[in-house]
Amino acid sequence: MTGSRRVFPWLALLLLVVLPLFAGKFYVELFAKIMIMAVFAMSLDLLVGFTGLVSLGHAAFFGLASYVVVLAAPDKYAAASLWSSLPLAIGASALLALAIGALALRTRGVYFIMVTLAFSQLVYFVFHDTKLGGGSDGVYLYTKPEAKIGRWTLLDLADSTQFYYLMLALLVVVFAFLRLLLASRFGHALAGIRSNEQRMRALGFNTYAYKLAAFAMAGALAGLAGYFAAVQFGFVNPEMLSWHQSANVLLMVILGGSGAEFGAIIGAFAFILLEDAFSAATKHWLLLMGGFVILAVMLLPGGLASAGERWRAWARAKTDG
Amino acid sequence: MAEPILAARGLTRRFGGLTAVRSVSLDLERGAIHALIGPNGAGKSTVINVLAGELAPSTGTFALDGRNLAGMTPDQVARLGVSRTFQRSNVFRDMTAFENCRLAAQARRPRAWALHERAAACRFSGGAASAALEAVELDARADVVAAALSHGERRALEIAMCLATEPAVLLLDEPLAGMGPEESLRILDLLHRLKAGRAILLVEHDMDAVFAAADIITVMADGAVLASGAPESVRRDPRVREAYLGEELSGGKRWTH
Repeated sequence: MTGSRRVFPWLALLLLVVLPLFAGKFYVELFAKIMIMAVFAMSLDLLVGFTGLVSLGHAAFFGLASYVVVLAAPDKYAAASLWSSLPLAIGASALLALAIGALALRTRGVYFIMVTLAFSQLVYFVFHDTKLGGGSDGVYLYTKPEAKIGRWTLLDLADSTQFYYLMLALLVVVFAFLRLLLASRFGHALAGIRSNEQRMRALGFNTYAYKLAAFAMAGALAGLAGYFAAVQFGFVNPEMLSWHQSANVLLMVILGGSGAEFGAIIGAFAFILLEDAFSAATKHWLLLMGGFVILAVMLLPGGLASAGERWRAWARAKTDG
Repeated sequence: MAEPILAARGLTRRFGGLTAVRSVSLDLERGAIHALIGPNGAGKSTVINVLAGELAPSTGTFALDGRNLAGMTPDQVARLGVSRTFQRSNVFRDMTAFENCRLAAQARRPRAWALHERAAACRFSGGAASAALEAVELDARADVVAAALSHGERRALEIAMCLATEPAVLLLDEPLAGMGPEESLRILDLLHRLKAGRAILLVEHDMDAVFAAADIITVMADGAVLASGAPESVRRDPRVREAYLGEELSGGKRWTH
């Protein structure tokens, strides 16, 4: 049983590695987009699932990095360097998260949700109502950033297959980084905060500092995802940092199973693939999507990631009975 | 008399118009169990919450080895060596007894930036956790999830978590509440062993336990100190007898509800 649980993720990874060999360009790009959203969902799950902080403003950090890609370009048609614009975008998101987190983390529970929502809407309206990023129309990214070492181009981000593999690598690296983080003392302290924050404080942990560090880290990782989202779409608009976007990624986390090892990744894949299937089937696809999410939450309160466990428990009960 | 580790002077805590604690002074001495008793609403838990940094005193100070702690947050107070248990068991229910203690010990050496080091491989925290569980005789239950422990075991676990932080002062808020006589005896025996080198403040309703275990007893009523001293002198104190007319101070009764 433990064996099959360990084999499945490797099988899924293998499938993702070979996918561009048989799938068309449309699916290669769709899966690259899914992997970007999976990184975004994992960054939110660090807060929701592993620290117990439900944020409804996470798109602000995703969207800000997207805008930085465009705004960092030397001029409209010149390419920015990946090496400089990526750290700039991640840094901007991390700083914004640090600032918003410093204030929002003074509140708790439902107030925290409302304050994160309010701040992200603030950022939304900055881009929506000023000329900074083309207002409500957004801006195009005419030239993708270049990944050059000297004169040699390491990666061509405009090539769908190369971009796909870069996103696959990103997914694996972010996943591994979060595993490492959660197994560290820092990660254990976050688990303690999720379980019982008062106890953590009474033991001598500065829980505010821990939560702020987690919030900034999650913001930085969301920025990483937002950066590549902008690169892939070649277009940035205020919707990328709207509360719809925050709600979507929260749904991915919940659907997949918050706090579960592969929950955020499974949630992102399920959400976007279903969105794709439902919207192809009917104009009223949101209705189907809503119905599916309700069913999933009712039948699998632990998220889709708990389906295997549920199934095994059910099978065991059947053989025992 | 030993030197006081923790000295509180004129602690007052108001909640709006209500004065829950009125000018309370206490000395917690190394190697002594100082019991704080009094009927419900006397302000005992408020005193613990003030000493633990959970509530700031409205006026007054309290100092650990001469260092003023008034106005500090619970985590600052805890890091300086004042550890507490709660009136209702307050542990990490989803973690095992060992994990509870290991996380507690981690507070002494947080190394939060060392993301590449596994918390489970930390020898310092692991060692401190094992020693703490052994001290409260819970080592056989180390791998049981806290939610599955018995009530008495959970109270003992909470004390073990405090021990894992190597405190100079232990604040115990009704550690015997809801325990059977045998479990109570075990905890009292434990407190006797623990007081060496530490100061213990014991808030407790069980009068038999208090008079058996305490080296010093402070009686509170209506937020103020009524009497303080050795158990025998407190037992004979006419003010205490008057305040609790009809109550048997040494008989097996509890001053509850």
